[in-house]
Amino acid sequence: MNGTDAWTLLTILGLAALTVLTRCFFFLFDQPWTLAPWVQRGLVYAPMAALSAVVLPEVLTVQGHAISHWQDARPWAAALGVAYYFWRRGVMGTIVVGMAVYLPLHIGLGW
Amino acid sequence: MFFLRCYWKHPEFRVGVADILPTVPGMAAWGMMTGVAMVKSGMSVFEASAMTLLVYAGSSQLAAIPLIAAAAPMSVILATGLCVNLRFVVFSAHLRPYFQHLPRGPRWLTGYLIADLNYVTFVQRFPVPGESAAQRQAQQAYLAGNCGITWVSWMLASGLGIALAQVIPTRWGLGFAGILALVAVLCSLLSSRLRSVSAVVAAAVAILAYGLPLRLNILVAITAAVACCMALEQWPVPAGKERP
Repeated sequence: MNGTDAWTLLTILGLAALTVLTRCFFFLFDQPWTLAPWVQRGLVYAPMAALSAVVLPEVLTVQGHAISHWQDARPWAAALGVAYYFWRRGVMGTIVVGMAVYLPLHIGLGW
Repeated sequence: MFFLRCYWKHPEFRVGVADILPTVPGMAAWGMMTGVAMVKSGMSVFEASAMTLLVYAGSSQLAAIPLIAAAAPMSVILATGLCVNLRFVVFSAHLRPYFQHLPRGPRWLTGYLIADLNYVTFVQRFPVPGESAAQRQAQQAYLAGNCGITWVSWMLASGLGIALAQVIPTRWGLGFAGILALVAVLCSLLSSRLRSVSAVVAAAVAILAYGLPLRLNILVAITAAVACCMALEQWPVPAGKERP
């Protein structure tokens, strides 16, 4: 059984505070102000950029280094998942197809 | 907020649920593996449960877990958590006009409950902040359903992972389902040329800048993609093409 220590709990509280701080950063306080219109326009592109920046390194690299051989289950699974998405437009189906490719390659062949 | 009954009957509550529901298997698998990872790293069940319930941010939890296990200084762990979360600061700038009408308490709680996919689906559904009381009510009801489903499924899945940590093998890589959910939502957003440019630039920069410490590559990638798209906006739009 792992033990609980106060220092770890304090760290966890700190991380929780950071979740609140960052997720609410620009609306923490009540002062009225508005973003410059050009900033607002630019933020329209932020969701795609954020998802892409988070996701694609996880699919195409090993710790930031481009995958150097084709025996890696992740790009295959993601590619077939994407193909399914554009065929049927289903998020759940994309996950199912992707995992159906990923698990046999990863567990079965060790990719 | 999802526990407020007044939102449950609102039609947008159901829309919010429907928009996020397909991502639940992916997010649940990721939540479960986060639970497993916490316990396997040596955290106690109490610590792991507290982390799940309070931190509620998968990527910062995953970044912090090995550092806590290695007994890294608290300042290093918090600095890492902060940097991994910096993309939320960008999201909060976008969300500010949607929430500024709320009193501080509910506003903070709403912000705290908005994870990546909640933000993405919300601004996709409501490109413009509500002006009237009815519009604001609809947006809050949407978030109540959307964030409520994510919160409940993440907590249940993480709890399952914590409880069954010794039984669930990490080498199967079940957490990859979370990545696939994000991939699918990313595809659903690629509705215009500039949005695709944003995705490609962000991915390229995130990979090239991967060597930056504390996962700052994410923030650099978002900045580069937004700047690139804004520069391209100045160019004339070919006939028949829509702006996002």
